Amino acid sequence: MNTLQQLPILSIIAYIPLAGALIIMFLIPKEKTGAIKAFATAVAALDLAVSLPLWFSFDRAKAGYQFVERIPWIPSLGVDYHFGIDGITLLLILLTTFIGVIAIYSSFSAIAERQKEYYILLLLLQTFMIGTFCCLDFFLFYVFWEIMLVPMYFLIGVWGGQRRLYAAIKFFLYTLAGSVLMLLGIIALYFYNTTGFLGYKGLGHAATFSVPKLTAVAAAMPPELQVWLFFAFFFGFAIKVPMFPFHTWLPDAHTEAPTAGSVILAAVLLKMGTYGFVRFSLPMFPEAVKTPWVIGTMVFLAIVGIVYGAMVTLVQKDMKKLIAYSSVSHLGFVMLGIFALNMAGVQGGVLQMINHGISTGALFLLVGVVYERRHTRMIAEYGGLARQMPIYATYFLIMALSSMGLPLLNGFIGEFSILQGAFAKNFWWALFACTGIVLGAAYLLWLYQRVFFGELSNPANAKLPDLSFREQLTLAPLVVLALWIGLYPKPFFDVLRVPSENIVRSVGGATMTPPAYAGAPGTGIPAAGDLAPAAPVPAVR
Amino acid sequence: MKVQATDWLLLSPELFLTAAGMILLASSVFVGKAKEELFGFLSVLMLGITGVLLVFVSTMPERAHGPILGGMFVVDNFALFFKFLVLLAMVLTVLASVRFVGEAPYPGGEYYALVVFSGVGMFFMASGSNLISIYVALELMALASYVLAGYFKGEIKSTEAALKYFILGAFSSAVLLYGLSLVYGLGGKMGLADLARLYTGTQRTNAIALGILMILAGLLFKIAAVPFHLWTPDVYEGSPTPVTAFFSVGPKVAAYAIFARIFYVAFPKFQADWGLIVALVAAATMIWGNLAALLQTNVKRMFAYSSIAHAGYALLGVLGFQTKFGMWGVLVYLLAYTLMNFGAFALIIFLEAKGYAAESVSDFDGLAKRNMPAAVVMLLFLLSLAGIPPTAGFIGKYYLFTAAMDAGYAWLAIIAVLASAVSLFYYFRIAAAMFFTDGVSAKIPVSYALTAAVIICAVGTLVIGVAPESVLDVLHRCVPSKY
Repeated sequence: MNTLQQLPILSIIAYIPLAGALIIMFLIPKEKTGAIKAFATAVAALDLAVSLPLWFSFDRAKAGYQFVERIPWIPSLGVDYHFGIDGITLLLILLTTFIGVIAIYSSFSAIAERQKEYYILLLLLQTFMIGTFCCLDFFLFYVFWEIMLVPMYFLIGVWGGQRRLYAAIKFFLYTLAGSVLMLLGIIALYFYNTTGFLGYKGLGHAATFSVPKLTAVAAAMPPELQVWLFFAFFFGFAIKVPMFPFHTWLPDAHTEAPTAGSVILAAVLLKMGTYGFVRFSLPMFPEAVKTPWVIGTMVFLAIVGIVYGAMVTLVQKDMKKLIAYSSVSHLGFVMLGIFALNMAGVQGGVLQMINHGISTGALFLLVGVVYERRHTRMIAEYGGLARQMPIYATYFLIMALSSMGLPLLNGFIGEFSILQGAFAKNFWWALFACTGIVLGAAYLLWLYQRVFFGELSNPANAKLPDLSFREQLTLAPLVVLALWIGLYPKPFFDVLRVPSENIVRSVGGATMTPPAYAGAPGTGIPAAGDLAPAAPVPAVR
Repeated sequence: MKVQATDWLLLSPELFLTAAGMILLASSVFVGKAKEELFGFLSVLMLGITGVLLVFVSTMPERAHGPILGGMFVVDNFALFFKFLVLLAMVLTVLASVRFVGEAPYPGGEYYALVVFSGVGMFFMASGSNLISIYVALELMALASYVLAGYFKGEIKSTEAALKYFILGAFSSAVLLYGLSLVYGLGGKMGLADLARLYTGTQRTNAIALGILMILAGLLFKIAAVPFHLWTPDVYEGSPTPVTAFFSVGPKVAAYAIFARIFYVAFPKFQADWGLIVALVAAATMIWGNLAALLQTNVKRMFAYSSIAHAGYALLGVLGFQTKFGMWGVLVYLLAYTLMNFGAFALIIFLEAKGYAAESVSDFDGLAKRNMPAAVVMLLFLLSLAGIPPTAGFIGKYYLFTAAMDAGYAWLAIIAVLASAVSLFYYFRIAAAMFFTDGVSAKIPVSYALTAAVIICAVGTLVIGVAPESVLDVLHRCVPSKY
């Protein structure tokens, strides 16, 4: 553990994929596709292996950031190269390295042309994503946040489907438009901390972009300034989540991207937005968040996202588009949990980010499997696949059930905690959100029924081979993880407890209502008796 | 008028450059078309010597004594920065021109001589501290530029460009000159420092306001800000591409030097008056430059509008000149802009080999398959132009946005960031063409001089983006000190 603390372990994890990408770029000729694939997989596996020790040596009881690295980068501006993680980012980084291996390994047969560029871009993307999660400096954060768009743009644009050009530029422009406003918010914070701006008197501190420092500064700002800056950051994050009504880029990008691109988009990239809300918006602008109309707007948009997203999902004819729209609904749940501003909500929201990565990522992989065989994703083209591909049908069932929130699987834990948090805050929020769960069961079960049950009516499907060993190898770890979180989520809640407490405390919420499934601290036993919600939290308003 | 011997030493780069231009011009009589490449290498050599002289001048303690030649010129850090930048633009232009001029059926010696003469004008512009010396330097730069625009005299587009450039340039110079004469007539002073002293105590009169307004209009013409931008697309499209690349950086940078110096040194007192006008012009320039670029299919026209938009961003720094980041931001941005914009043009020139045009965006089709390094480097320049980190363009824009916020122009900063996001759309049309489509598989001949220019631009763009501190520190010392 000590040696791990001394190493710049986060930078190592972040730059292993970059080094791998450079090696492929300069040393492996593009004709040697086998070597490229093997090497890319090895690099991603190495990255996962290096990131796993973090899980064991992470101090769950310690507040603040761990494995911190800090060296000056642009001293004249006060910009540092500043990395560090807490429990929330620990889970997100592990999710990223984990999905990274699966994304690369699952692309072996799906990507037939320009393979060298493809694997280089996947590895670059992984570096940028991990960097974004590790950053504790706003300037550096913005650098990673923006540069991340470039490899994704090319993944969609080169290896995407029919409308890939449109989807790629739409993805890039939408997210860029949001993040440039965030940049102005960052600049405003910088000036508030130093010399002041627009009539606000500055604090006269030394110039810095440090996240912990500026978070403390921002939390003490006058409320009306907090509201302005909250919305400057809001556009950056809400478009990325995406929240209704900024979600329209998502179905296009998800549907057109190659399978691995969709998996990474769903599992990791969307989490950047919700992560931004948890890490930045809540602790930095507590007065703004507590303003009734602001929280009302956020929750309203979240619930509209849940219900509207689910209803649009219901009518999709394209499997991939269906899964894509279901993300809008699921991410609405995450936002609802975060803006419940209590322990159950925030912890549930963060855990649901991981859960969504696992289940939706797996569903995209599964859709990719039949797409590779049939080159169509239309639900009407399928039917009765359960007879022809029983193993495939089993995997699909497990992941669909996980996505719809069936008990004993991961989705249930997250959604339950979110609803518990929402209920403690406001009965009606929980009630409306519940309709999303019902609709979720409807669209997934209906999809399953149309694709897998009935007669094998389409002769084109008569000879489809079942899952290959490699395909099972990409899916099995996801199933294991879904079961683990579903059966015994306590280790995850343990990791999340301290950072969530800090966040909830910063917005003045009660830290005494842990999610029912978090277990009593210290006992190691899930406290099922806590299922009854604790005393209602006094409403903040 | 007091003149000291060291004054001439301080101007040695300009004097040497003038001599170099004459040598190039005279020797072109004796060298045939076949051996024209010599002029390219000779020019690079001369420019290199000029660079050495500039370094020598920068170490001279006499610089600290203030204006030289009776207040005509000043060789402060600010001036030296712009001279180095102009020199960089000239070196890049010469490197990018060797193959291009060699393939053209016109004599090459005078081409390089004209580039050098234009550069001499820019050098003097950077140093000018008197209304007369500034105006004469500007005209020297402009006259050489008009001829360069029409260098392809057999081609109607080139001739048209030269004529348009000349008529509109002469018109704007006249407006500028009228403004200068008004300011002189009212105060009886020509030196910028004298003017500043003269106006510290006085109230603004309508006559002074008119003079300042006309100076402003003349200068906005030169940097191609909306609504004085109309000449730019035609001139950029019609001129030979290396000349366009030169125009897009050299004269623009030099115009910013005198813009900043005149308003920073002579008229800071009236900032409340000219500030709002410049702010509105900046907003219009950023919006219209980017929107018009969206509609272009001709690459050179697209980059013409893009350079208009970039002039608008840089105005943010001029507006915030009283803040810490204002002038600093202008310097950082102009350096970044020179590197990335010239880099992008160098790639256009690269594609414009004999029998192959780089007219429309579709000429970039499939470049990634034909020449991957070229496509990747072009992508770097496009990212930088769009302000995506970690590139020089992002650092530069960051400074300008910061300056605007600091100076209280938050609304302008919002317009600027959104306009900047829009610009990605047209820059990435080229990226999409290069990477997403298949094109003809023509083999493009490689020119080593041009490759050198591209490498200089690419390394600069990347280094300023990833490790900006070294450059930022130097540039901070180049911000002009108040008189």
